[in-house]
Amino acid sequence: MIRIANGQGFWGDWLEAPVRLVDEGPIDFLVLDYLAEVTMSILQKQKEENPSLGYARDFPPLIGRLATRLRERHIKVVANAGGVNPVACARAVLAAAPGLKVAVVHGDDVFHRIDEFLGKGYEMRDMDTAEPISSIRPRILSANAYIGAFPLAEALDTGADVVIAGRSTDTALTLAPMVHRFGWQADEWDKLAAGTIAGHIIECGAQCTGGNCQVDWETIPDMANIGYPIIEAEADGSFTVTKHGKAGGRVHSDVVKEQLLYELGDPHRYMTPDCTADFTSIQLSDTAPDRVRVTGIRGGPRPPTLKLSISYTNGWKAIGTLVYSWPQALEKARAADRVVRQRLEALGLRFEEIHTEYFGYNACAGPAAPPNPDPPEIQLRIGVRGQDRKTIDRFTRELIPLVLNGPPGATGVGEGRPPVREIVAYWSALIPREEIETQVEVVK
Amino acid sequence: MKIPLSAIAHTRSGDKGDTSNIGVIAWKPEHYGTILREVTPARVKAFFGEQVQGEIERFELPNLGAINLLLHGALGGGGTVSLRVDAQGKTYGASLLGMEIEID
Repeated sequence: MIRIANGQGFWGDWLEAPVRLVDEGPIDFLVLDYLAEVTMSILQKQKEENPSLGYARDFPPLIGRLATRLRERHIKVVANAGGVNPVACARAVLAAAPGLKVAVVHGDDVFHRIDEFLGKGYEMRDMDTAEPISSIRPRILSANAYIGAFPLAEALDTGADVVIAGRSTDTALTLAPMVHRFGWQADEWDKLAAGTIAGHIIECGAQCTGGNCQVDWETIPDMANIGYPIIEAEADGSFTVTKHGKAGGRVHSDVVKEQLLYELGDPHRYMTPDCTADFTSIQLSDTAPDRVRVTGIRGGPRPPTLKLSISYTNGWKAIGTLVYSWPQALEKARAADRVVRQRLEALGLRFEEIHTEYFGYNACAGPAAPPNPDPPEIQLRIGVRGQDRKTIDRFTRELIPLVLNGPPGATGVGEGRPPVREIVAYWSALIPREEIETQVEVVK
Repeated sequence: MKIPLSAIAHTRSGDKGDTSNIGVIAWKPEHYGTILREVTPARVKAFFGEQVQGEIERFELPNLGAINLLLHGALGGGGTVSLRVDAQGKTYGASLLGMEIEID
């Protein structure tokens, strides 16, 4: 049995979580997920400005902080902290934690291969809209192939203490230690599917130990010290989800079910670079407090393609807010929205979208919101987007004047004009997997 | 008798691009049949109205006593493009708990 813990569900997750996982009980592998879809574009921009950047900068100091404990207890770390510059990340780790063996996985970054792919006739159509990538070619900021667990396991096979990947799948981080330690083969689909589903359960950190959980949420113990998840994995593919005993939170089958459903598509075909996992085969049982046993998982062959994660610029946006107070808060906010739209129209400004929400009334649920006929206050929230930055900037000057020249009772302009932000949008496409060759490098 | 969905189910929701998914999980195995009968794509589409521009797909996970709903075109373009406060569909699941269903 090996213990695999997830200490980071995204870049920006709780900094204390990985330290507590190491300090509060036994683990063999610490896995950390740093990358969201648009993170790569931010990292690509940083690398262009400074060739020694372009990775998750929280990671090297964390490893520096943990280095002694990792070495003494033989805990291995697997993280997709490398972003678009895994070697620079590895050097920073070595500087912060001298003496650790650090391996990186190359090959996911295809930013400089897009034209080569186009030349081979790959249209890289968007998986949602089916548009060919040629329509956004000049605006591409980053392009990476999602890589699976086997390259990461190969990096662990070198004896590395820390394995750094770029755009690996979130689930591969958890599956890789199993492939490495149990010697699972590429056609052992049921086991690979089990490890993948274990990865899905823990990839969002505390979302499987009581965080963001509707199940008796008021009684979840000690949320301030919530424990991050640990998988106790067996060589046959079965596993137990748990947490350290002294940590807060709750692990129960009802809690794990919520996370299994999180960001799920077709449950029969959960596609990864390693296998196709069948979520309808999962069997859960509560074997003890804070212990959920998972068995029965079936899988199928890996797909012949890999998914590309591509980011590109897609115009500008700004979102401005004003608060209207009782009485008639909603009516005043609606009147203000009409005034803003009329003034934008009179200025001849054109937008791809103007979107208004009445925060405190129906912003999240729309028509499904419960009735609230006389709210004590309402935040008017108007967002605009379009391709012309000046047009968006002009919009940001149209809200504050309403405090004096619009409906009565407006406040909440303390932050001043809203910022204009560039939209970095996400494009996903498929590429034959033969195009992606990964390499493992032990960085000195 | 009409009751809110929250009496027999809990939910979690999230995003994939401009699609939001809602996992609807029965509190008890005996409620799963009611969920299958009452929480149909047509009913969910009517409940969310103009919030959801596209189609709604439904998948069944009887092993978990759960269904997975995919709400296409539900996030105003999704991700960084969306102008909505809940661009990632985090609250759709909780909203759905207010839907009235019929039980025997």
